[in-house]
Amino acid sequence: MHPAPSVIFFTAFSGLGFGLLAWLGLGLPTVTGWTAFFMYLLGYGMAVGGLVSSVFHLGNKKNAVKAFSQWRSSWLSREGIMAVITLLTLAPYAFGQVFLDTTLRPLGLLGALFAMVTVFTTSMIYTQLKTVPRWNTPLTPILFLLFSIGGGGLFAGQVHAAAAFLVVLGVVQVLAWMQGDAKGATGDSTLETATGLGRIGKTRLLEPPHSGQNYLLKEMAYTVGRKHAVKLRAVALICAVLLPVIMILLLPNGHALAVPLIALHILGLLAARWLFFAEAAHVVRLYYGK
Amino acid sequence: MTTLPTSTEKKLGLAIDLDTCVGCHACVVNCKEWNTSNYGVPLSDEDAYGAEPHGSFLNRVHTFEAQPSGGGCSQTIHFPKSCLHCDDAPCVTVCPTGASYKRTEDGIVLVNENDCMGCGLCAWACPYGARELDALAGVMKKCTLCVDRIYNENLPEEDRVPACVRTCPAGARHFGDFADPNSNVSKLVAERGGIDLMPEMGTAPVNKYLPPRPKDVPSDAALNGENKEPKGFLAWLDKALEAI
Repeated sequence: MHPAPSVIFFTAFSGLGFGLLAWLGLGLPTVTGWTAFFMYLLGYGMAVGGLVSSVFHLGNKKNAVKAFSQWRSSWLSREGIMAVITLLTLAPYAFGQVFLDTTLRPLGLLGALFAMVTVFTTSMIYTQLKTVPRWNTPLTPILFLLFSIGGGGLFAGQVHAAAAFLVVLGVVQVLAWMQGDAKGATGDSTLETATGLGRIGKTRLLEPPHSGQNYLLKEMAYTVGRKHAVKLRAVALICAVLLPVIMILLLPNGHALAVPLIALHILGLLAARWLFFAEAAHVVRLYYGK
Repeated sequence: MTTLPTSTEKKLGLAIDLDTCVGCHACVVNCKEWNTSNYGVPLSDEDAYGAEPHGSFLNRVHTFEAQPSGGGCSQTIHFPKSCLHCDDAPCVTVCPTGASYKRTEDGIVLVNENDCMGCGLCAWACPYGARELDALAGVMKKCTLCVDRIYNENLPEEDRVPACVRTCPAGARHFGDFADPNSNVSKLVAERGGIDLMPEMGTAPVNKYLPPRPKDVPSDAALNGENKEPKGFLAWLDKALEAI
């Protein structure tokens, strides 16, 4: 699949934003005043910024508002709605903490729950696609949630709890890669099932339908950087999980630690998310002999 | 609403005969011609006269080669591919804006371009590559089963079939109602063992493909080597020529 930068940034940063907001909603940490102001600025900034960046990959942006209408059937629609509900639920909670020195505990807990549901709906946009075997697994939502909670925990300064989530994240990520590799690019589908010609025998593409590019090839039969996949997996795992966990365990906690910790984690997260798209294969590639 | 109808009155679609298709791409061209000037925005082309032309098409013809597992000659199969108007169309349910829908009256899957935001998720959900996002208009294009022809009373009756069907010089494309067991297409499917593409995807396609019939096994009545030793006049000629 084509790793569009807008979608990579959207899923990565909205995940971190909602993760941070969830921690704040739980009252971990319970902050007020200026500290709260900057924390919420960061949380809302990443969540809203991610959502806005997702609009950049739309072909017909003027209809984006209609995406809130199909919650009955569409995960993408549900995601948009949940994002707005979460941001609205946490708004009075944040307002109370920043300006009134008050913590509206139940509202915060509800907002935290909604934040996680939002991340879940994001992950389901990909998980639901039978056409992309690597995504079509329960591990996808688990991964998205762990990235959100783990990364959000780093932002929230809950480093020891975050470290625990990051360790689980590392394990699940490795499992997801192994499972994806075992499935093969196109899972149970082959050119023989795609064309029904398997009843005759082994089938191959003799002539493609067109000599040039098309939308399908650019979007779904995209192959790039697979030769560096192993290196990138190592980068993702070391930066997102290994180094942050080691730093948390060995170095004294404090604001000085937070910046390199978060920078490393984001680097690893972006590598992992890039691979999430770049390594995923769509079954339509079969019709093109790929 | 992008929920799917539980059932449709008719199931209009195509039966494509893989034994008859000669791979001439006339259906591709006529599809593009009709659909670029009728329902919805035009099917744009980019770099049309340049080195790397590309554009939106709703129908494309692939060519495959199948090697019979029991030995014998390989078979070349021309394979037209367009939207299969699936009963359980995953492209419809993923649509966030309500632009994609399946019609209750005839089962045709359409995109309302006034609602489409061009997110491309429906194209991701389709296993068959039946949907292409138009590069200029930014909205999703797909086969409409020529919904603007088949009911069009301004056209002569023989033209009230999809453009691809109307133009096929080989008669490889058949249009009809799969919900009616006595329709031409239902009979063809029953007779020829029509198949679904990628049944493992659970999309329940309406369009069916009529698989190629098994080819004749090559005869072993090959020429034998008896003529190697000429007789009579030819033997004399052979000797005479060798003597020169």
